[in-house]
Amino acid sequence: MELFANQVLAGIATGAIYACMALAVVMIYQAIDHLNFAQGEMAMFSTFMSWQMMQWGVPYWWAFILTVILSFAGGILIERLLFKPLAKAPVLTNVAGFIALFAIVNSVAGLIWDFTIKQYPTPFGSSPFLGSQLISTHQAGMIGVTLLLLAALYFFFQFTRIGLAMRAAASLPESARLVGINTSWMIALGWGMASAIGAIAGMLIAPVVFLEPNMMGGVLIYGFASAVLGGLSSPLGAVIGGFLVGIFENLAGTYIPGVGNELKLPIALALIITVLVVKPAGLFGRPIVKRV
Amino acid sequence: MTTMLNVKDLRAYYGQVQALHGLSFSLNEGSLTTLLGANGAGKTTTLRAICNMVRSTGVIEFQGKPIGSRSTENVVRLGIAHVPQGRGTFTNMTVEENLQLGAITRGDKKNIVADIERMYDHFPVLKQRYTQQAGTLSGGEQQMLAVARALMLRPRLMLLDEPSFGLAPLVVRDLFRIFSKINREDKVTILVVEQNAQLALELADHAYVIETGRIVMSGNAKDVANNEDVRKSYLGY
Repeated sequence: MELFANQVLAGIATGAIYACMALAVVMIYQAIDHLNFAQGEMAMFSTFMSWQMMQWGVPYWWAFILTVILSFAGGILIERLLFKPLAKAPVLTNVAGFIALFAIVNSVAGLIWDFTIKQYPTPFGSSPFLGSQLISTHQAGMIGVTLLLLAALYFFFQFTRIGLAMRAAASLPESARLVGINTSWMIALGWGMASAIGAIAGMLIAPVVFLEPNMMGGVLIYGFASAVLGGLSSPLGAVIGGFLVGIFENLAGTYIPGVGNELKLPIALALIITVLVVKPAGLFGRPIVKRV
Repeated sequence: MTTMLNVKDLRAYYGQVQALHGLSFSLNEGSLTTLLGANGAGKTTTLRAICNMVRSTGVIEFQGKPIGSRSTENVVRLGIAHVPQGRGTFTNMTVEENLQLGAITRGDKKNIVADIERMYDHFPVLKQRYTQQAGTLSGGEQQMLAVARALMLRPRLMLLDEPSFGLAPLVVRDLFRIFSKINREDKVTILVVEQNAQLALELADHAYVIETGRIVMSGNAKDVANNEDVRKSYLGY
């Protein structure tokens, strides 16, 4: 029983990583109705920017805030330059764009900062949290930041006019324009926010997985799995999905013989497929119902 | 009497297909005008062209200023509310959120709450359902919501695209009575596109008849209603 409890706790700790990334995934899905395959690479690039600032002597939290702001602006810039011209193009064209962006960002990061693994600091320390060996203060801090981010997003979408306008633009662009909403800028704003959230995720994940251009590969797949499990239309679902994937992954690794560390990633992929078959809207997503 | 909307030589295209062939008409301030025509005559296209939702050429002037090059959202921001065919309801949001969205471009936040109350006076059924998801409303209720949402803009001009479509006759009567009231009390100029010619001609003070993308008749609503061709083609007697 103690083993079980410990594995659940450890699962929650890793789940925080996925939850954070899943939030960024849901954010972009809300804005553009696609998944952005370059999301992880953009987050990685942001994390490198913050690392570079710290190398130049900028204190952690200043680098953190500056990176979030720069990533927000960068996300908007990418949308304006690359994806606005593709707005009316078929989905596959956009997918090709995402993959191109993935490759470009990854290579540019490698070119600037090379592919050696780098240490990345944590602001929360890495001692055991409340005396537990399974969860560190960093992981506890990460869970805290994720929940804070979730609360902020909920408030933004439910109680601000711009949040309402963004939801309207995402659900029915033509009607949104007919009430005077500039839907094109709402999409750009969605990119900016997703990029900023991704940057936060990257900076929190980097102390755990270490900093290098390929750090987000696996994490993004888990992020997708979490978002799909929780429901792509629900930020709360994404976070809960993240924790569930973390727990599930740990328990499967412990109790199913032969799974071990090597087969953990396929589990995430199997989970995506299972959810899509059994409950396509996810646990908390709103199924798309139309009155005919 | 000043002109609210002036349209000259309007041509509209869907890809290679031309839907409007040089349409000209104008709306006086405070008038309630109806645009009649058979299926495919170009009624909806005319409304969509005014809001720049379809590629078009020609002159469109609103209160004397050309608006043809403005994007849809910037046309709306001038005070032109468009209730589209199919109502354009935000079905996964609540009734109240739909009304809030109607006023999303307005700067006078403190008047918005009062305006929502005014909408509940016009349409009491919406008040009972304000926390309900708009997609769960009946067709007539959704049409009322669409009109209320358009009014939340405090428009100078309201474009209504087949508001009677798919509704029970009694509901349509109610709705048209409200249009009349809005036109008189709130001084909103209204252009209504209708297939239900009889009702539209009772309500309107001016009428245009459109056939294959051209205006073929215009005049006082009563005169148009008494015209023999119109009676045969649109009123059925």
